[in-house]
This record gives sequence, C-alpha cells and structure tokens, in this order.
Amino acid sequence: MMTVLIAVGALITLALLFGAILGFASVRFRVEGNPIVQQIDALLPQTQCGQCGYPGCKPYAEAVAGGDLHNKCVPGGNDTVVKLSELLGREVLVLDADEADQVPVKKVAYIREAECIGCTKCIQACPVDAILGAAQKMHTVITDECTGCDLCVEPCPVDCIEMRPVAVTPQTWTWQKPDGIGAAAARRIPLIEAGRAGEAA
Amino acid sequence: METYALLLISTVLVNNFVLVQFLGLCPFMGVSSKLESAVGMAAATTFVLTLSSALTFLAYQYVLLPLDLVYLRTVTFILVIAVTVQFTEMFVKKASPLLYRVLGVFLPLITVNCIVLGVALINLKKMDNTLVTALLTGLGAGVGFSLVLVLFAAMRERIAVADVPVAFRGPAIALVTAGLMSLAFMGFSGLIRI
Amino acid sequence: MGSLILGNTRPVHGFPGGVHPPEHKSDSNTTPIRSAALPEQVVLPLAQHAGAPAEPVVAVGDRVRVGQLVAKARGLVSANVHASLAGTVVAIEPRPVQHASGMDQPCIVIAGDGSDEWLRMPPLADWQQREPAALLARIRDAGVAGMGGAGFPTAVKAAPRQKIAQLILNAVECEPYITADDRLMRERAADVIAGLNILRRVVAADEVLVGIEDNKPEAIAAMRGAALGQGVEVVVVPTKYPSGGEKQLIQNLTGKEVPSGGLPADVGIVCCNTGTAHAVFRAVVHGEALVSRIVTLTGDALAQRGNVEARLGTPVISLLRAAGLDEKRLHRLVMGGPMMGFTLHSTQVPVVKTTNCLIAATAHALPDPAPEQPCIRCGACAEACPASLLPQQLYWFSKAGEFAKAQDHHLMDCIECGACAYVCPSSIPLVQYYRFAKGEIRKKQADERKAERAKLRFEARQARIEQEQAEREARRKARAEAAKKRAEAPAEAPVAAAPAAIDVDAVVKTLKNASLQASADYKAAVKALKDAEAQPGSDVAALTRQAEELKARADAAKAAVRAAQQGELPAELLAATAAAAAPDAAGADLEKLRHEVGEASGAYKAAVRAAREAEDSGAGNASALRQHAEQMKQRADELKAKLRDAKAGAPVAVAASAVETEQPAPAPAAEAAAMPAASAPAEAAPAAAAVTPEQMKLLKTSVATSTKQYKEAAAALETAERNGSGDLAAMQARVAGLKQKADDARAALDAVVAQMKAAAGKEGS
Repeated sequence: MMTVLIAVGALITLALLFGAILGFASVRFRVEGNPIVQQIDALLPQTQCGQCGYPGCKPYAEAVAGGDLHNKCVPGGNDTVVKLSELLGREVLVLDADEADQVPVKKVAYIREAECIGCTKCIQACPVDAILGAAQKMHTVITDECTGCDLCVEPCPVDCIEMRPVAVTPQTWTWQKPDGIGAAAARRIPLIEAGRAGEAA
Repeated sequence: METYALLLISTVLVNNFVLVQFLGLCPFMGVSSKLESAVGMAAATTFVLTLSSALTFLAYQYVLLPLDLVYLRTVTFILVIAVTVQFTEMFVKKASPLLYRVLGVFLPLITVNCIVLGVALINLKKMDNTLVTALLTGLGAGVGFSLVLVLFAAMRERIAVADVPVAFRGPAIALVTAGLMSLAFMGFSGLIRI
Repeated sequence: MGSLILGNTRPVHGFPGGVHPPEHKSDSNTTPIRSAALPEQVVLPLAQHAGAPAEPVVAVGDRVRVGQLVAKARGLVSANVHASLAGTVVAIEPRPVQHASGMDQPCIVIAGDGSDEWLRMPPLADWQQREPAALLARIRDAGVAGMGGAGFPTAVKAAPRQKIAQLILNAVECEPYITADDRLMRERAADVIAGLNILRRVVAADEVLVGIEDNKPEAIAAMRGAALGQGVEVVVVPTKYPSGGEKQLIQNLTGKEVPSGGLPADVGIVCCNTGTAHAVFRAVVHGEALVSRIVTLTGDALAQRGNVEARLGTPVISLLRAAGLDEKRLHRLVMGGPMMGFTLHSTQVPVVKTTNCLIAATAHALPDPAPEQPCIRCGACAEACPASLLPQQLYWFSKAGEFAKAQDHHLMDCIECGACAYVCPSSIPLVQYYRFAKGEIRKKQADERKAERAKLRFEARQARIEQEQAEREARRKARAEAAKKRAEAPAEAPVAAAPAAIDVDAVVKTLKNASLQASADYKAAVKALKDAEAQPGSDVAALTRQAEELKARADAAKAAVRAAQQGELPAELLAATAAAAAPDAAGADLEKLRHEVGEASGAYKAAVRAAREAEDSGAGNASALRQHAEQMKQRADELKAKLRDAKAGAPVAVAASAVETEQPAPAPAAEAAAMPAASAPAEAAPAAAAVTPEQMKLLKTSVATSTKQYKEAAAALETAERNGSGDLAAMQARVAGLKQKADDARAALDAVVAQMKAAAGKEGS
C-alpha cells in the first residue's frame, strides 16, 4: 500500500512540476497573430476575381489559413495548388475547376467601343480599376492592368465586353521544352523551298 | 575526455541510431522530402534528445531509484519526453511559424520517436553512467540522426527529379536508398568497440 | 607557359572548361573580302539590336539615300537604323526575320534605284582633339551595335557609370567556320586599331588589350604591326571554344571574374568586337552610318566560300546564290556559327548587324542531331562548362520544372555557349532545356510583378471605397448628433446655445428662399404695374410704390444671401435663429409629433379600410369597426392640431416668407396682406406666354403654397369648430377663398402644361 502511494505521489509530483514548467513556457512563448496568411497571399495570383468564393485573394488566404480547402483558386491553376500544399504541409489536391479551366489561358477583357453606352457598371465591377471611363463617356480596358478575372462581363447591360486570349508577341515568346527522351532533339525548322522563296532576289 | 570523444563517435557513426539500430524511421522517411524541413526537424529532434536524455537520467537517479520505483521508468520517461517535446513545439511555433507549419504533425510525433525513448533506456544499461555521459549520448544520437536525415533529404531531392521506373517511384525508391545508405554505414562497424 | 613563345608580354590566365570542335576556318579565310553585289531590295528589321526596337521616321514612298536615318532609337537601350540602299521605301510591315520564334517582325523595306547615293555625316578626321562626348554622340547617331552576335548598342556600352581600367578588343572569333574578323584584321588592321583608339578616348580606359586566338597567325601579325606605338597590346590566347565569350575573355586576359548577374563594367572593363571597332572607325572618320558588315559565307553546299561585305538587309538567298549555292544539297541553313547559331526557317531572312556567318550545310557536314537519350550522369558537361556551372543539375531541374532550384544553381549565368551539349554522349539538347527554363523563369517573374501591381490597385480601390463610406457615415453621424443635441437641450435655447445650434447651411438656405420669394414678389408687382398702366384708372402710383418697395426688399434679400455665404449672418436673423433654436430644439418634438401624426393617419386609414371590408363582407362587427375608425380619425385630427400648434409656436422671421409661415389661427386678417403677394404670382402666371423654367417653377410654387394655405386654413377652421372658439364665419369665408385660389393656381398650371405639351407635340412630329 505504501509503495503504491509513494509511486502515485512521486508521479503526481513530477507531473505537477512539469505542468508548471509548461505553463511558464506557454506564457513566455506566446504567439500573436497569424503570419501564415501573408505567405499564402503571396502565392495567390492576385486577380481578385472571386472564383474561389471569397471577395478577393486576401480573404481567401485567411480562409485557407483557417482551414478551408486550398484547391479553389482557378486562375492560379494546379501550380498554385501544389505550392500551397507545400507551404502548408497538406496533401496536394486536384484543382476545383472544370476541365477547361485546368490549364489557365491568359485572357484580357476587350470592350467593343461601338456598342458601349457609358453606363460605368463595368468600372464599378472591376476589382483592380483597369477600366478607364466616366459616366456617358467611352469606356476602355487598360490591357496592361487587366487580370482577366471576368467580373466585368456580367454587369454590362449591352453585353459589349468579351475576353480575348493574350497573343504571343516576339517579346513574350519563349522556347518550348524539348520533347524528351527518344524524340529527335532539335525541332528542325523546315527550310522554305529556296526556289519558291527566291522571288525578291 | 577520450571516452567522451569515443562516445560521440560511437553514437554518431558506429552505432548510428537510424541506419544501424533502425530506430526513428518514421520521421526519417516522413520529413526527408525537402532539405529545409529536414534541417528543421533535425534541429528540433537533437534539442529534444539532449534535453530529455539529461532529464530522464536525472529523474531516474533522483526520483525513481531512491523511491524504488524503477518499474515506473517507462511511464516517467514518456512523461518527461512529452513535456520536452511540448516545450520544443511552443518554441518552434514562436521562432518560425513556417517551420512549425511545415513540420506539421511530425513535431509532436517526436514524442513517440523511438530514438528518444531508446536513448533514455540505453542510458540505464550502463552501470557507471553519469549525467555527462547521458547528455553526450543524447547529443550524439541527435547529431547522428541529423547527419543521416540531411544526407537522405539531399538524396531524395535528386531522386525526385530523376528517371525512376514507375513501380519504384515515391517511398519505394526512398527505402531502397535508405537500405543502401545503411550498407554504407556498416563500414564504420568495428571502428570503436564500446 | 606558352606566353613568351606567342610573343605575349603578359600571362594568359586561362578559364575553366571549354571544348575543341573542328575549326573549318580554312574553308573561308583564304580569299580576300569581296564586295557583295547590291541587292534589289533590302529588308531592315527595326529590332536588329538588343533593347527596344527602333521607331520608323520615314513613310512608305519616301526616297532615301544610303546612310540616311530610317528608324530612330527608342529609349536608352536602343540603336538607330539607317538605309543601306538608295531608293524608295516600299513597305513598313512584318517580314520574316532572324528570330528563333519564326514570327515576322516589323521591317522597313527599301527598293533600290541603283544609284547608291550616300548621305554621310561630317567626317571627324581630327577625332583625337574632339570631346569624348562628341565621339559618343557620333557612335550613337551611326547606329553602331555589337557585331559579334549580341547586338548590344555600342553607345550604351561605351558610356558606363563605372571607371574603366581596360578596354579589350574581342578579336578571338572562337566559333568554328566564322572567319569574318580574321579577314577584316588581315586587310584593315589599321582601321580596326583606329576604331579601338577612338573607343579608348570615349571610355577613358587606362589600358587597351586585343585578344586573338593562335589559329590566326596572319591576323596576329597584321594587328601587331598596326598596334605598334599606339599603346595597344595584342595578347595571343590558345585556341579553345568559347574563349570569345566576353566573361571568358576577361578571365583569360586579366584573371578577373565578372560577378554573377553583373556586367564587365563592374570590374572596370569594356569589351568590344572587331567588327564593331571597325564600324566605329568608319562612323567617326568617314561619317558613314552602319549600313554594311562582313559576313562569312561557308558550308559545303556553297561553291565560292569566303567573306563578303554585304549591305544590311540583304536577303540571305541573294548572297548565297551569288556564292554558288547548290540548293539540292542544302540540308540546313544556319545563321551564326554551328555552336551558337540557329537554323533559319526562311531564305528571305535579311542580313542584320549581328549576322557574322551563314553556313549552307549539307546533311553530311551538319547532320540532324541524334535523338535524346537518358542522362548517364557522366559529368562531361560539368567539365566542359566555361562558367563553372553544373549543367547536369540544371538539366534535371529544368526537365522536372523545378525552376527555383535551377536558379539557385545559377541558371541565369549560363552563356548558352553549347559546350555541354557538344560533349554530351547522350545527345541531350541541353541548351534548349536551359533556354526553356530561363523563359519560364522570366515569365513567372513578369507574372509576379503583374500580380503585385494588381494587388496594389485592388487595395487602393478598397481603401478609396472605404474612405467614401466612412465620409458618408461621418456626415450622417454628424447630422444625427446635431439633431440629438438640439433635442437634448431645449431649455438652453435662448442662451447662446444659439451659435452652436446654428446651421449655417440652413440659414443660407432660408435666406436664399426669402430672396427668391422677394424677387418673385417684385416681378409680380412689376407685371401688375404694367397691366395697371395699360388699363386706365388704376392706382398706378400705389402699384409703383409697391413695386419699388418689393424691389428694395428683393435686393436686400439678395445682399443678405451673399453676406451669409461669406459668413456674415444678419443680426436679426441670428436673433431669430436663436429664438428659433428653441422651437427647433423642440423641432425634435416636431419630428416626433409629425411621426405620431403619420402613424395616427395610417391607423385611421387602416381602420376605415377594415370597416369597409367588414361592410362589404357583411360581417357583424362592421359598426364596431366604423366606430373604431371614427376614434382613429379623432385621434389623428388631435395630433394634427397639436402639430400645427407646435409649428405655430415658431416665430415668423425664420422663413421670412410670410406666405409659407402659419399664422396663429385667431388672426386670419393678417393673411389678407399676404394674399395679394400669393395671388399675384398665381394670376400673373397664366398671362405669361413664354414658359421659361423659372416661370414653371414659380407656377408650381404658387400652386403648392396656395394649396397648403387652403389646407391649413381648413384645419384651423376645424380646430376652431371643435374648440368652439374663433370667428367661425370669417374663417369659413377665408377657407372658401383660399380654396378658390388653390383651384385657380392649379388650373393655371394645368393650362400651361397643356400648352407646353401641345407645343412639344408640334415640334416632335
């Protein structure tokens, strides 16, 4: 009996001692705030389109930090899902979007100026103020600032806004990845027949 | 002094806790896919090992032995280790929230890392153990664990981009690599007889 | 080592890696430079150089001479483009050019007229006395760009921020097949050295070095001869590819390493190509813009291999045909060397400032590369890399898409020389993987910059919207607080709580109303006067006096408004407002009362409806409901009366428009004086033929006021009836009169509106 009591007593004493140490530590090492939100926000594409269901990228970052699924960002594509998974240590999910959206194509909005009535509804809808215009004046999209979020197309009462894919220019052209093992390495550019092409010479 | 040096070499290389004694394989496989997280995990585990090794030794010498409660050693050791890990967790959360998130569940799992309990129990085996040797055993175990973890993580990063046959991709090739590393560490056996 | 044997006076430091491909130099360096025949048409791309494309300054149809500026440099890092043929500009449009994408780019197309008329700038033969800035300006005007292959505008390179210790001439020409610089040095060494000295003057370098490979002994001799006594040192380096790379040459000659991501200017060195130095010479000493260059024509599908001086913009097919191209044996056409050049996709591609060589190769000489095989991790690529990188790791990372790790391994320092791909036993196209990875990294950086901008714009917009909302909130709160303050302090009204309770805007508004009304009165009086003058027998004098009185009142009112707007409130008004502050503090009570009246009316109306419904449906409690309705009516009337009494408590001066203020019920006589003023606008209005907006407004106002007056009088009558006090008969008469007035005003308004509608109808249809 005595031994049991001693045993119990010793364990309780130890437990209380350690509990006290932990209590002190929890006060000393208190963590305020949630810096992870900024890190998540830095990985999001900042189109502020709302396709994730939140009114902007920062609210979605906060939601993800709070536990929401991290595969909702459609403009970010699968790349962003993977990066978020790495950052948060969660499993890599498949992007929560339709088939067509799986590979995001860059688009910018274009206003057909002949049809525009100057109602400013699209200006109010744009989350990054990329539409220039005023009431009863012509509206136009500043293509450099347009993120392709699609929010202006709906409000237009005359349906004069369309999304156009961004064309590749010689300045934005980049090399494609080589085909890989087994493929003919250099992408042979076929030489236009010298005879046919010699008109000007 | 010499014995301390030999003790360290023994625990780090000759009797490496991961590759020779095959303890602590769970975090070894779980956290080694990225080098940054491996380094963080290694640091945390080394800290826990050193501290818990000393604390368990003290608890054994000054609480369990006098009160004749040696049969309670497992419970007591786990208690001590749990407290140490909890303390480390709080510290990591404060010092680097990113590392805290990256390590995720593996940080509290250090509690049930068999290396930690293993070192605590090994310290009891020798008759002439002192606090210093217990401390050094813990430290050596931690350093050995860190060494192997970092090496393995670096290798896994390279394997991740290599042409691995489909059947072997993922944990399979990692385990094969670990086995090969273990074979390599067999070369240290006999270096020190301790 | 071999330095003294080669005649050097300084050691060659060497650089890591490098390969030794077969040189094929003797194919084309045995014959002197030929002048290529003038082409019939030249195609000048606007982007022949690194940096921003130039902007055209000519239009289609303009006649140009050789050396005339056709496109101006845009921005700092850009170069001019000059016409290389005398003739007419036939087009400025996209054409096939020397770009790996195969996309057409804007070009200026000139059709030659055979005259070869030149437009030269003034020659600066005395350049040694000229200011460096003037020489630099000449180099910029001449459109000189790096002719070794990179095309960096020389005027920008020759104006570094840093102090320059050494100017190095890159005469190495390490790539196989190319011999343009070799022949240039053999034939025009003096010109090259002169150009080099001009550059020395521009960059103010302490030392000038020339690096030449040891496979060009004649060129070395020529350059050494021309450099005698010029303070130019010719250093011979062992033949190794790629010792002509800028960073490799610097390391070879000086032992300095250009830092990662840095420029040679960071270590105090400026490098330039032989062809560039020659172009500088011609620009400064002869005043000729850059319109031609030496091009090596080689490859075993050509009969006459050698070097030609070709005008820029010449389609390559014409040069090749002139050199005896065997089009059947031609398998691959390369612009540049076999290591760093690229395959052309069209023979119409023009010669540009960076075209140093054209290789017309058969399938035997430059066969198609073997298919890619798995990497065996032999490490030969790492041994060959002249930048001490790890090509194998870069390959793995580029292939797996781990671009961050590739960047950590200094992918951006790769000079794309191709030495690693040359030695790879598995024929892996390593350079293409690196180019792909670099492109992806640059794209990602551009995306990140854009995302950052979008985030800033979004946050700015959020801040703007929030601020607008906050301002609205603040204004609303201020108004509510002001109202609350007035409600909470009714007893203190007579004291100088007045200044605090004065709402300047309201005072100004009331003053404005008063002024308007006064003007209206005056106008009506004038009208009445005119009418009276038309009719004999009326009291013209009295009306005139009234008119003048009203005019004075109107002017005074206007002045008061102006003064109030400037911050001076009329004294009586202040006092009046102060006094009014009390009832206005009771204005909260007024509000409450109004609210109650509203509620009571609503309840009454609802009760009436319920009663009617009950009657219709024949329910039993109809009479009870009607009784209830009666009660509601009484209550509503009581409240209305209370409201009127409360309003009546306010002094007259607040509104200053006698028409609108409620007179105390037992003084109907006072109304009579206000009547003419009220009726005058009502009567004057129908007589007005033209209907201006002001007159419409006056009409409407008169209708409103007369209706209101009538209603108030009727209510007063009711109260009097209920209370049993007051001169009922007089009040009834008054009520009837007011009703008549109201009806007249409304009729007048309707008539005018009908008139307007008719007029609009006539116009519209």
